[in-house]
Amino acid sequence: MISSRRNFAGRLLLVVLVFGCFQNARALPAFARKYGLRCSACHESWPMLNYFGQKFKDNGYQLMNDRDAPIWQNPSYWPVTFRITPIWHRVSNNKVAEDAVVGTGPPTVEKRLESSGFDLSGLDFHTGGTLEKNISFYVLPSSNNAAQFHFETVMGRLDNLFGSPWLNVKFGKFELDNLLSEKRILTLTGIGGIYQTYHFRPIGDGNFFGQIGDNQLGVEVMGHSANDRTRYSAALLSSVDGNVGLPFGSNSYSGFFTASQAFDTGKLGVQRIGFYAMVGEAPVTFLTSGGMPIPGSGIGNKGFHREGFVGQFYFGPHFDLQVVTQHGWDNAWFGQGYGGGAPFNLVPGTPLPAGAQAPSWNGALFEAHYVYSPQLIFIGRFELERVSQQPNSSASATPSPSNLGNLTTYTIGYRYNPFMTSRAGFAWHNEYAFLHQDLASPLFGNNVNSSELLIGFDFDF
Amino acid sequence: MRARLFWSLLASAVVVVALCSLSGAQNTPYMEEQWLGMESHVGDLTGHAVNARGDYRRYCAGCHGDLGDGQGENTPWLDPKPRDFTIAQFKCRSTPTGTLPTDEDLFNTIARGLDNSNMPPWNTFTRVQRADLVAYIKHFSAKWQTEKPGTPIQIPPEPEVTAERIKAGQALFKRLECWKCHGVEGRGNGPSADTLTDDLNRPIKPFNFHDGNRFKCGTSDADLYKIFMTGLDGTPMPSFADNVKPDEAWDLVFYLRTLQPMKTKEKAIARQLGLKPIDPNAPAPAATPQQ
Repeated sequence: MISSRRNFAGRLLLVVLVFGCFQNARALPAFARKYGLRCSACHESWPMLNYFGQKFKDNGYQLMNDRDAPIWQNPSYWPVTFRITPIWHRVSNNKVAEDAVVGTGPPTVEKRLESSGFDLSGLDFHTGGTLEKNISFYVLPSSNNAAQFHFETVMGRLDNLFGSPWLNVKFGKFELDNLLSEKRILTLTGIGGIYQTYHFRPIGDGNFFGQIGDNQLGVEVMGHSANDRTRYSAALLSSVDGNVGLPFGSNSYSGFFTASQAFDTGKLGVQRIGFYAMVGEAPVTFLTSGGMPIPGSGIGNKGFHREGFVGQFYFGPHFDLQVVTQHGWDNAWFGQGYGGGAPFNLVPGTPLPAGAQAPSWNGALFEAHYVYSPQLIFIGRFELERVSQQPNSSASATPSPSNLGNLTTYTIGYRYNPFMTSRAGFAWHNEYAFLHQDLASPLFGNNVNSSELLIGFDFDF
Repeated sequence: MRARLFWSLLASAVVVVALCSLSGAQNTPYMEEQWLGMESHVGDLTGHAVNARGDYRRYCAGCHGDLGDGQGENTPWLDPKPRDFTIAQFKCRSTPTGTLPTDEDLFNTIARGLDNSNMPPWNTFTRVQRADLVAYIKHFSAKWQTEKPGTPIQIPPEPEVTAERIKAGQALFKRLECWKCHGVEGRGNGPSADTLTDDLNRPIKPFNFHDGNRFKCGTSDADLYKIFMTGLDGTPMPSFADNVKPDEAWDLVFYLRTLQPMKTKEKAIARQLGLKPIDPNAPAPAATPQQ
């Protein structure tokens, strides 16, 4: 009897010791370590920026308190952060093309496929900060979960040119100036780990150049007021969707423009509204060699654009709602599947098929946060994308149903940070995401439902 | 016997855990109950300490500590050390030395940040947030319960800058022995510079006027005027309110502006004058009668 009580008490003690003193854990994230601020100073919940964090970023990763130059740091300071996420997840899709009899090939049927298990995210290797006062950089080699690396971000930035916060220039590969940043998204599943609104295109549309959620190659001019209430940016981008080596157009560019204004609303907090627009051109045909397209020779640029409003609404210290709307339009050639990849329109003078028309759509995302404390946040997101004009009209040989590709998705979850210091970020993350897309199944055009449940540790150090 | 030993060890461990947990607590129950009703008043705003608990924990506690004692987890790596709110002693005031600052002084300091320190400008907060934080800062010390803030000093209108005033300011810089800490050129390298400590006996460096265009407590001429007429409490920088007449204080402001790496009217005049750094060993010039 005494022995069992002892065992119980011993285990209880162990649990209490581990979790009772957990708050004293230490590690070494980059910016917090440099400035001695807790993660929560810049992040509503890591990694999503709050207003102060946005200002820090807009100042070129500077607090503007004369300690920004690296000369102030201990010589051993190295501005590096690793981020990786070990997870368990369960993925389900109700319309996967499967052989009717395993191993025999066609006929194929659509069936539900569910799988679950332990897994990893990729590794992000962030390094950024200042090279000198008002000269900053960010380099982010990022891998998939098989450790195959690419450069997600590589950019240099000249800050506060002519002593003015209204003029900053960024050059390289960088995140577009989205106030609701997909790179700092709070959710991690395959469905909820991106903003669908930032990547949506109608089924069959070949234009992947207009994805505002992807980092892009180019140059950006941005500016802001001293307190960041007013901000703007204008970027000139290569229409390559961030892919290096000029693989597509020989002379195709896009522009991305934003502006926003914040308002002090007393106890409610600081509200911000703004707009964005991406206007660009990208090739739909290529020069050929031996009948095959020559990379980087893309010609016959066609237009596309995305535009919308952004709102960041705060209702006191605990609740906020982020809203992004989008109207998208692609040239009819993109609607027929032409763009950066196959099929290629290689024969000069090829006309559009009868009934082809420029696809357009409208979308919106709503993301609500309940910030119980800087250590615990609940997240709920709802997105819907509705195609307003399908690529193939009723005059087409294969007319598109009006709801083809319409997408609805929601994500719910929470992140709990058991400790909060300026040395590391660590979150216990639970999330469920669901996606429904009309008539999008691969074989018979049925509705597709996908879902994912994810549990894991998300940490950086 | 073994059972007694076990329970003794268990009890000891529980005490250790309790202390460990207590060290991370946000406030002592006493403070929570007694002082969270603290208010601040800035213009037409009333700040409430109780509303700032979350913001303080999110933005401030890492340096200033959960208990406001300047012992946040970052404190060992910071220089200068974060303010200890429990002793209610503040550098940037509009009030005479030795008195509490006004709520507006603290309100402005939060938004402006403190140059030459890790305190950034928190100008992203709403005015209500800042007023609430001022009240929260005040709730850490009993001094705010028993004392009233000092009366802000009167700052006379700024006179016109003249060559005579700049020269008079330089003479004052020498007479008041500012150079002993700040150096003859104002580079913060005077003969006493390496020996200076604050009230808590921690080393502290004098201000280098050639480094940046901001002062510890602001950017304007009036801010500079306030610094040496109120002193920076808790540091070796005294108040000169008893030694310097208001008009002379403006002379000193104009002279100090000639030392900064900025294009100023004062600097242009100093260049025309061919103003040289002071020579501490040179005899004082004969006083010229006032017109």
